[in-house]
Amino acid sequence: MRIQVKGGRLLDPANKLDAKQDLFIAEGKILGIKKKPDGFDSDLQINAKGKIVLPGLVDLCARLREPGLEYKGTFITEGLAANSSGITSICCPPDTDPIIDTPAVIELIHQRSRDAGRTNIYPLGALTQSLNSEQLAEMHILKQAGCIGVSNALKPIDNAEILRRTFEYAHSCDLTIFLFAEDNALKNKGVAHEGALSTRLGLPAIPESAETVAISRALLLVEQTNVRLHFCRLSTAHGVQLIRAAQKQGLPVTADVAICNLHLTEMDIADYNSDCHLQPPLRSERDRTGLIAGINDGSITAVCSDHQPHEADAKSAPFSLTESGASTIEHLLPLMLHLVNRKELKLEKAISLLTSQPSNILNIDKGTLQVGKDADICILDTDASTSVDENNLLSTGKNSPFKGWELQGTVTHTLLNGEVVFDRSEL
Amino acid sequence: MTGNIIQLDNNGNLKHFLSTEGLSQSLLQNILDHAESFASVGERHVKKVPLLRGKTIANLFFEPSTRTRTTFELAAKRLSADILNLNISTSATSKGETLSDTLHTLEAMHCDMFIVRHANSGAAHYIATQVAPHISVINAGDGRHAHPTQAMLDMFTIRRHKQSFENLRVAIVGDILHSRVARSEIHALNTLGVLETRVIAPHTLIPKGVEDLGVHVYHDIETGLEGVDVIMMLRLQRERMRGALLPSEQEYYQRYGLTSERLSFAKPDAIVMHPGPINRGVEIDSSVADGERSVILQQVSHGIAIRMAVMAMTMGRSNDDTGNAA
Repeated sequence: MRIQVKGGRLLDPANKLDAKQDLFIAEGKILGIKKKPDGFDSDLQINAKGKIVLPGLVDLCARLREPGLEYKGTFITEGLAANSSGITSICCPPDTDPIIDTPAVIELIHQRSRDAGRTNIYPLGALTQSLNSEQLAEMHILKQAGCIGVSNALKPIDNAEILRRTFEYAHSCDLTIFLFAEDNALKNKGVAHEGALSTRLGLPAIPESAETVAISRALLLVEQTNVRLHFCRLSTAHGVQLIRAAQKQGLPVTADVAICNLHLTEMDIADYNSDCHLQPPLRSERDRTGLIAGINDGSITAVCSDHQPHEADAKSAPFSLTESGASTIEHLLPLMLHLVNRKELKLEKAISLLTSQPSNILNIDKGTLQVGKDADICILDTDASTSVDENNLLSTGKNSPFKGWELQGTVTHTLLNGEVVFDRSEL
Repeated sequence: MTGNIIQLDNNGNLKHFLSTEGLSQSLLQNILDHAESFASVGERHVKKVPLLRGKTIANLFFEPSTRTRTTFELAAKRLSADILNLNISTSATSKGETLSDTLHTLEAMHCDMFIVRHANSGAAHYIATQVAPHISVINAGDGRHAHPTQAMLDMFTIRRHKQSFENLRVAIVGDILHSRVARSEIHALNTLGVLETRVIAPHTLIPKGVEDLGVHVYHDIETGLEGVDVIMMLRLQRERMRGALLPSEQEYYQRYGLTSERLSFAKPDAIVMHPGPINRGVEIDSSVADGERSVILQQVSHGIAIRMAVMAMTMGRSNDDTGNAA
């Protein structure tokens, strides 16, 4: 398929590209920008006049629920939801069922996601076998099979000696560790940020120190082992400070934040709204602004959806008994634009946090608009608005904490490897 | 922010009673007034009024409790309602039945009211959002969150002894962190307009940000009791000795146990309260618990009147309806 994207504003912060130019696509690649390649004859023209043409978005963490939890979502349903937000590449944590700790599971994931044909999938392998936090996973074999990093997902590693060994071993495999930093003992079965709200509602609380102690411990071990460490889902302002200092010191660490923590605070739990039961928890407004500051000064270089679709029953119970996580993938881009509209972020920054910068963390060749690269593209209409309505969600998970929000900006087209995988007019 | 949207019907009447937070002073006073009218019922030869005749009330206890369940049961019987006792604990849920399945089963039995006790905070709120519109929910204790009828019977006891709330200093002593009673008392006291509410406990038993609920925090019991009119002791659970919250019962008693000596720091006419059951020699000395300033046994009997009042009000009835006004 030869496609000409006409008249759009091409925006690719990584290449300092921001211009009204045409884009020419053939055989899955970007064949030309601005100037029509010789002999190019398009099968399809997409009118992008008045719209922004972006690299396909790279989501650093989304659970599409396959394999094993198909009642919560599949590569097809969640892939479509992702495409509707312009996402074309997704990094998946290893806590599927079965867990991603053998090449067979990776094979299965690649095969099923290829069949679904909606996004590129980049699985993270388990850091410990069965995520048991005791024995090293076969990291080298997992890497050979296609894992781009290793992670213990949300499972804590309490034993510092084991944590140290995982760091050392991953380092010798030249793998990046994706670490969710939360001290299990300090978390103490908490379900909400320790503060005025958890006190008022009587919810078991997670102190700030559950994050900062875990970050500090990991940083000291990075210093010793020199492993590349990516901190997943920061939630506290103090945590950002620790990472900033470590980066200044030259440690090979990066960090991301989930979109919910940039918009919501503990107060959004209000009267036990289980859609706001998240891990890490929603914290204070001070933490939220600290995370925004961390983005603006470059300490945090990616924003992910942290998409976790759930069936209705999983969220229907007293707050502590509900499962954590939010269904967010289809509003990732409009929610980022919302921060731009509120002047908390610049547009270029917002886009690079969703494209080139997560690609750098994953060390994949995605997230830019350059001749010769894969034609993963999204077309954004900033004039159209999206209202978040449970009945219109594409995801199987209706557990969005943003229900009732009006967001500016909507994706009209998403292309994966030069093929149109999403066209809003056909919904 | 909590509560009033879900607790009140469109006319501002009490529909569910889930928390003392968010309700107006006049509504709380109204509950106390109603309870006053019911208080005499138990002293009569025939201890019944026919206000809820034909109504079915289900005691849904997901967490074991004898005392609270019994007082609710007695209150329901005095109002002539039929009462169903269900100790659900974990039996239904371990069979894979969800909480909302259980509720819908009970609805099908045409219950009119659920009295709910549950180990998780927010359970009563959750149930109130799930039930059919004609059903009222009364919170008999949810996790660490609220125990509003206990708080109201304490308010009733205070009002009977002190008449008005306006100039009172009240101290709540003990495990504030885990206490639903304390939270409900704090909201009720502040709404009823006391001069000051204090909480007294070691740092490990004070939840973060508790000042935002409108209390002053004291770690030293003697300073904390200075000049107070009401002392509300909390029960200390044995399991707090595990988990590094407290070293031992002996040490707790030494630092926070209410003795006659410590009582002398309070005003001479200060009353001593306790929601029961008492740990003698842990949070309170026997001589104080049984002493003349103790109103602990009165609290128990007031509990029935308060629960009758709340049941009648949430079902849209008042004692005036039968000409039994006090």
